[in-house]
Amino acid sequence: MNALLHGRLTGLLALAAAIAILPAFLPNNFYLDIAILAGFNAVVCVGLNLLIGYAGQISLGHAGFFGIGAYASGVLVGTYGWPPIVALLAGAAFVGLLAFLVAKPILRLKGHYLAMATLGIGIIVSIVLRTESGLTGGPDGMMVEPFKIFGVELYGEKVWYWVVGVLLVGVVWLSLNLIDSPMGRALRAVHGSEVAAEVVGVDTARFKVLVFVLSAVFASVAGSLFAHYAGLITPAKADFFKSIELVTMVVFGGMASTFGAVVGAVVLTLLPQALTIFQDYQQIVLGGILMATMVFMPKGLLPTLAALLPARRRA
Amino acid sequence: MFAELLQYLLSGLTIGAIYALAGLGFSIIYNASHVINFAQGEFIMIGGMASATLTASGVPLPLAIMIGCGGAMLVGVLVAKFAVERARNASTVTLIIITIGASIFLRGVAELVWGKDFKRLDAFSGETPIQIMGASMQPQSLWVVGTAGVLIVAIGLFFARTLTGKAILATSHNRLAAQLVGIDVKRVVLASFALSAALGAVGGAVVAPITFSYTEMGIMLGLKGFTAAVLGGLGHGPGAVAGGLIVGIAEALGAGYISSAYKDAVAFVIILAVLLFMPNGLFGKRGTERV
Repeated sequence: MNALLHGRLTGLLALAAAIAILPAFLPNNFYLDIAILAGFNAVVCVGLNLLIGYAGQISLGHAGFFGIGAYASGVLVGTYGWPPIVALLAGAAFVGLLAFLVAKPILRLKGHYLAMATLGIGIIVSIVLRTESGLTGGPDGMMVEPFKIFGVELYGEKVWYWVVGVLLVGVVWLSLNLIDSPMGRALRAVHGSEVAAEVVGVDTARFKVLVFVLSAVFASVAGSLFAHYAGLITPAKADFFKSIELVTMVVFGGMASTFGAVVGAVVLTLLPQALTIFQDYQQIVLGGILMATMVFMPKGLLPTLAALLPARRRA
Repeated sequence: MFAELLQYLLSGLTIGAIYALAGLGFSIIYNASHVINFAQGEFIMIGGMASATLTASGVPLPLAIMIGCGGAMLVGVLVAKFAVERARNASTVTLIIITIGASIFLRGVAELVWGKDFKRLDAFSGETPIQIMGASMQPQSLWVVGTAGVLIVAIGLFFARTLTGKAILATSHNRLAAQLVGIDVKRVVLASFALSAALGAVGGAVVAPITFSYTEMGIMLGLKGFTAAVLGGLGHGPGAVAGGLIVGIAEALGAGYISSAYKDAVAFVIILAVLLFMPNGLFGKRGTERV
């Protein structure tokens, strides 16, 4: 566990190995499907964790970016016949630009005001997706064409599992590198004390904007690929509750821990599936688990578990 | 033309009064504990559902509202005591998730107790519309605006005149100093949750005849209340009230003149525009950050 948290390469290899052997333990496509959904959530959460855990900024609107990516792929490929990869990149570029434009004024805000602003953006996006039914199919959502690249169509859970697996490893690798770079140190300084970071010469605004844009783009790419995988996209994937779910995954797994974000995404994707046995009590159990973990493990799952282990790393 | 405008203003005022109550609830809790209570909308829902279901089973309306109000206060105190106070030193994000967890939990319980269907509550004094210069108004709107007005004035007096009110204010200014002069800050937090819950529950009861009650009624009302509180400047009571009225009226005008589909987006467009130029809301303190 210590190695997982502190060794960059070891952790990455462990993740890759876990992804590689997991299918052997999944009896059928139903479980593979859940693993894929967990993977998509993990990709978004790794990006969101950069923002929440490292830059100390909260976003309650990231599902909006996921939704824009998803609908960009759905609309551009389905309605306008663009090649899927071009639509994916166009969606990501648009989200990046949007995030950049809103980031500067928004990231100047602190704490709850920032929560409010990102929440507002997310809700506006989901209302637009719900309302512009001529383009988006409205509340019922829209069908999305399969993903084709170089004449090959990505089809079936088995193929998509590897696509998501590779994407996740790539995203984790990228963010681990980012965290260990001078920029990552600057970000942690921003989280620790923004004023102190500014005093020692860190351009805090620039870093925060960059991370906000990057995490939004991760969400958009995940959204695009998700839309192609699922074949159907609905506004629910972009609404307030999805945003909350994403933030919860990050905080549950452990803020400022990239692998924590992955663990949080996996556990909380599985949880509702597991909770279906509670039927009518599902919401009560979910709400109760959220409250209890946050009250008793405010640092999140992975850092709390790591702290329980004997402190070998001091030796 | 004028009648139309008046019509929109009246309906905006009605819903704005509810947003104002919810916003005030956010502000009171924020002042006492620096927590954004995302379960505020659930207090409104409890008030609406309790009064609708209790009157349907024969309980007189005033008693039903009082029971709903008491129930919401109890829930508020429990949330404060067993979730929020225990995570006192957790980060902002953690506290936000705790209150969101509480709201999911409460909705789950409400669905179990009351079911998922819409519940109807009769208007308090008939449904004959009142004609005012060409615009018509439901008598229930008067109940909503009047009740909200009375509650807001009462809250103002509570903070200005009573010892408990002053203790809450003192705690919001400086928790440690308040503790040093002998204020039981834990009880202040509990009191603020109870107070906000009561405001929400009464608001839910008076608005129920207009909106119907259902277990998810609190979601948007709560978010709009949060918008109202932020618009006025978090922790600024009169600001939250003004914010609520602004959001309500703008929403009604937007729905009337622009597009009713985008009604729910109006509040969030306003808040983004305002935060862009006034990062502390309309009336918030322009304070400097202590390092």
